[in-house]
This record gives sequence, structure tokens and C-alpha cells, in this order.
Amino acid sequence: MEQQIQIVDTTLRDGSHAVRHSFTEEQVSAIAAGLDRCHVPLIELSHGDGLGGSSYTYGFSKRDEFLLLKAAAKQIKNGKLTVLLLPGIGTIEDLKKAHDCGAKAVRVATHVTEADVSAQHIEAARKLGMMTVGFLMMTHMAEPEVIAEEAKKMESYGAEYINLADSAGFLLPEDVAARVKAVKEAVSIPVGFHAHNNLNLAIANSLAAVEAGASYIDATLRGLGAGAGNTQIEVLAGVLKRKGINTGLDFYGLMDLAERSVEPLMQRPQTVDNGSLMLGYAGVYSSFLLHVYDAAKKYDLDPRDIMIELGKRRMVGGQEDMILSVAYQLKQQAG
Amino acid sequence: MDKIKVAVIGPGNIGSDLMYKIFRSRNLEMAMMAGIVESEGIKRARSLGIPVTTEGIACVVRQKDIKIVFDATSAAAHANTNSGLLKEAGKIAIDLTPAAVGPYCVPSVNLEQLKHETNINMVTCGGQATIPIVHAVASTAGVAYAEIIAAISSKSAGPGTRANMDEFTETTKKAIETVGGADEGKAIIVLNPAVPPIMMTDTIMMRVKDTSVTIDKIRQSIYDMVEKMKQYVPGYQLLVPPIQQGDKVTVVVQIEGQGDFLPKYSGNLDIINAAAIAAAEKIAGDMLMKGGG
Repeated sequence: MEQQIQIVDTTLRDGSHAVRHSFTEEQVSAIAAGLDRCHVPLIELSHGDGLGGSSYTYGFSKRDEFLLLKAAAKQIKNGKLTVLLLPGIGTIEDLKKAHDCGAKAVRVATHVTEADVSAQHIEAARKLGMMTVGFLMMTHMAEPEVIAEEAKKMESYGAEYINLADSAGFLLPEDVAARVKAVKEAVSIPVGFHAHNNLNLAIANSLAAVEAGASYIDATLRGLGAGAGNTQIEVLAGVLKRKGINTGLDFYGLMDLAERSVEPLMQRPQTVDNGSLMLGYAGVYSSFLLHVYDAAKKYDLDPRDIMIELGKRRMVGGQEDMILSVAYQLKQQAG
Repeated sequence: MDKIKVAVIGPGNIGSDLMYKIFRSRNLEMAMMAGIVESEGIKRARSLGIPVTTEGIACVVRQKDIKIVFDATSAAAHANTNSGLLKEAGKIAIDLTPAAVGPYCVPSVNLEQLKHETNINMVTCGGQATIPIVHAVASTAGVAYAEIIAAISSKSAGPGTRANMDEFTETTKKAIETVGGADEGKAIIVLNPAVPPIMMTDTIMMRVKDTSVTIDKIRQSIYDMVEKMKQYVPGYQLLVPPIQQGDKVTVVVQIEGQGDFLPKYSGNLDIINAAAIAAAEKIAGDMLMKGGG
């Protein structure tokens, strides 16, 4: 049987980190319309840290995310406008508002070992009639068997597929395969994968996930995303075409869209710079990158030292506030 | 010296920790532990010589000599059943659930104004840790926006917290505004599973209104508040002293628990219980002065 892979575009969500949450209605309209024309089935849009993420800690959104959702919803005819929700940051009230703005799917994300905080939100999303995804972050921090148990919890709350995120871009292809396989064996719903390119392995890891049985893969135009970015969607479309896997995507269309609509708004090249490499090496949440650069500048420190310390302290996604604490303490120690 | 008799409903982690704190209190006497099943918590209280019941609140309201009742059950139980029964029985309710039937109480900020209330709500652990700092800044320079991030160890987040993340963020936000004095509040909670467990750590970021107030004056107000906090939460400390960046002031606090029943890293559970005890002691103190005990 020919394998079908659904590609989830998260340029307007994970990519939001890379532009410091500065997307405008015009930008999201052009990108969402283009993605829809290229047959992308799920188009994710929200603050990089999910609904309600606009804050001192994660960066304030230039434009209200609900206005951006409304603008994107107008453009999407075939795909599903999708939002990210992290319990503890966003609430069910935020989800209802997003639904009113036209969101048709939601991915409810928790740290890999904390799936039970998502029960309330997954149940609420199903009641709203939204396609509901359970999303486990920082999967490098737990063994495959542990992840399988957490995935089963999300399935029991009503998740329709489980997405595994390598949020730190730390995993090697064999680690990805082991995680996808373990979860696939444990649940009766599809499994997806979300890569970060901090060790230049986003495409390789996405392929490893597909080979291990994943049927949803996250990607972004030009790889726009936190840290060194995500799996580059136009590259993935080409690679999967070469592999004989059907994604239904318009390969040329995605290339053109990346060049015309995303490249002009990029604030920095989406490469593996030293900070990104350290994220992947030390196992630190990719969204920390620009905040670490800010703190390093403020305290005149080497950003790599801050990353190593954050990795040592096993900081999880959402603890961006601790970057300042760690930098302050390193500075005190240095005298 | 005379003591005021109190009861605890809900013999879980919070209820058991409260019991040990009551043992140390100078004017509260642990007169009953109430549950609805023969649980570990009930057995523990009995083994310590405390009268117990598995009839729940029904038995508590029949005890005429019990004046103050700590409710460590659930928001639904407090709102739908317990608050009404306690009021009818003329007992003071200290509500540790997010029900918020009565006004929010953060002892270092507004206890004095609430001492005549018959039902007071203890907000959330994150609220008890951060609202005093917001208030310290709001009372000197005004606060347009206050944002707090509470990081707690996974091991100290029980099933109640996990099933109700929104109750934490929404209740804390409201109390940052109504008690802390910020025009707008925002609350975020993060669970961290690191081993050994992390101490409860809270970052508070505020946009001040009056930038002509010097950072030294703001700092002094915060230091004074930390001293006030230490009186009832000994493990409360500044991890990062106030930092100013333009109109933004950032403070990081850490709370080490007293290790009464719960381990020391559970500063989140310790602080809400310590606040509840501080409120009850104030109310009991007034009762004893009036000779009402």
C-alpha cells in the first residue's frame, strides 16, 4: 500500500519565534493563502508558545493572535486552521476564542512526562468539535517506554493523533525511530513528529520518523522556527517525492511561496549558528535561543555557558524566565 | 493559654501538612480531621491522637466548639456544599480550594481588612508567592501590568492541580489585579519533572507606571515585603534581587518548604498552607482577645 503522509505547516506558529512574534495580518494572509493553495492539510498559527503566549517571558506579539487567526481563516478554503495550546499558559477560554476566529484543529502540548495536565483541554476541544492532537514536547528527556505511557493518556482523553516533538533538536535518527515505534505500538491512533534542525538533522529525523511509521510530519517554509528552525517544508516535499511517498503537496508552489512570502521577512538566516548548535548539543528548548542571546548581551556572558547551565538544570519548555536567573547567577559567580 | 479549636476537611497532602502546622500554632488546636473514607490521612491523624471522622463535613458542623474550619477538598465541594453548611453552622471557613466563595486573602497584603469575613479564600500557591511583590511595587510606583511564572516540581503537583491548570492561571490572574493592585495581570504555571525536584521558583515581571520613582525606593519596598513574608513563610527568599530594565522590574523568588509533612521542595504547598494558618491565627487571636474562645 502506498504510504500517505500528512504535512503540518507550522511556519505561522514555530516560525513566529524566529521573527520575534512580529507577524502581521498581511503576512499571515499571504502565507496561509499560499499554503492552502499548495494543499497543506493543517496550517498552524498562534504565538510561538501557543495561545496566550504573548508575554514578557516569551515575547509580546506585535499583533493580537486572534486578529491573525481571523485573517488567516479568511484565506483557508481546504486545509484546517490549527492552533497550539500549552496548558499552564493558554486556557480553554483562549481556545474558545480561537475557535470563534475560525480555528478547526488544536494541538494540546505538554512536557513529555506531564500528559495529564492536558485532559481538561483535550476534552474541551473535542466538545467544540475541533480536530484534537496530543503533543508531547522535549521527547529527548524521556525513554520510549515512558513516552508510550504518556501518549496513551492523551489518547484516553480524546486525542486523535499523537505528535512527538524533538523540541531541543537533540535526537539522532535512531532515537526518533525508537520513540515513534514505541508510541505507535502503544496507541491505536496515528503518530506525528516535529523536528528542530539544531544538529542539522531535521530532514534525516523526519525521514526516520516516516520509516518508523509516523504519518504526520511538521515542517515550515524555509525552515523558519525556533533555534536553527524546523524541517524545511519545500525540501521535505522534494525528498518525499523522490522517495515515492505521496504528500499531495505542490512542490514548486511551496518553493515559490518560501521565496516570495517568507524570505523577505526573515530577521536572520535560518542556519545552525553556534547558539543553535549548543541547544541541540545540550538538549535545551529551541525557543530559548533568542532570549539567551539577549541575556548574554545584558550580562556580558558567552551564550554557550548559559545554554550548558540551562541543560544541566534540566529546564523544560516554558521556563524562559529562568534564563535571566541563570545568567544573573553565572555573572555573580564570575564576580 | 487558651486555644481556638479548628478542623481540617480533606485529609490529603494539603490537609495533613496543615495538621502539622496547627500542632505548632500558638493559638489553634487541631480538634478534628474529616474525610469521607478511611484513608491514609485519616489513619495518620488518628495515630497522632486527633479525633477523626469519615462522615465528612456533616460531623464537623455538629461540633459546637470548633470555630474555624480549613477546607482542603475541591472547588466543587466547597462551592456547592461546604461553604453553605459552614456558614449555617456559624463557623469561619478558610478555603484552600480555588472556589473563591469569599474574598481572596494574601496575609501580608490584606489580612487586616478581612478579619471579620466568615469565608476567606487562599487564592493559589503561585498567588501567595507573587502577589506580595506585585503589591510592594504597586504601592510605590504603580503597576500597569504584572506577569508571574510559577515553576513547581512535578512531584509536588497533585491530581487536583493537574486536572485544573486553568483554575490556577485564571484565579492567580484575578488576584494579581484585585489584591496585588496591578491594572492587568497574567499568570503562567510550569511543571518541571527534574530529579532531584526543583524548589518552587517564581518570576515576577512588572511594568511600572511612575518611572520617576527610583529603583532604590522600589527595592526597599520589596525588601520590606520579603521580611513580612518570612514571618509566616520562613523559606521565602529573593533568588534574584529586583532588576530594572526601562519601565520593567523583574524579581525572582524561591520558596523552600518547612518540611512539616511534605518535602522541602514543595514550597508551593507550604506557602498556601502557611498563609492559611497565618489567617486563622489572626482570626483566632481576635476571638481570644474578645474572650469568645
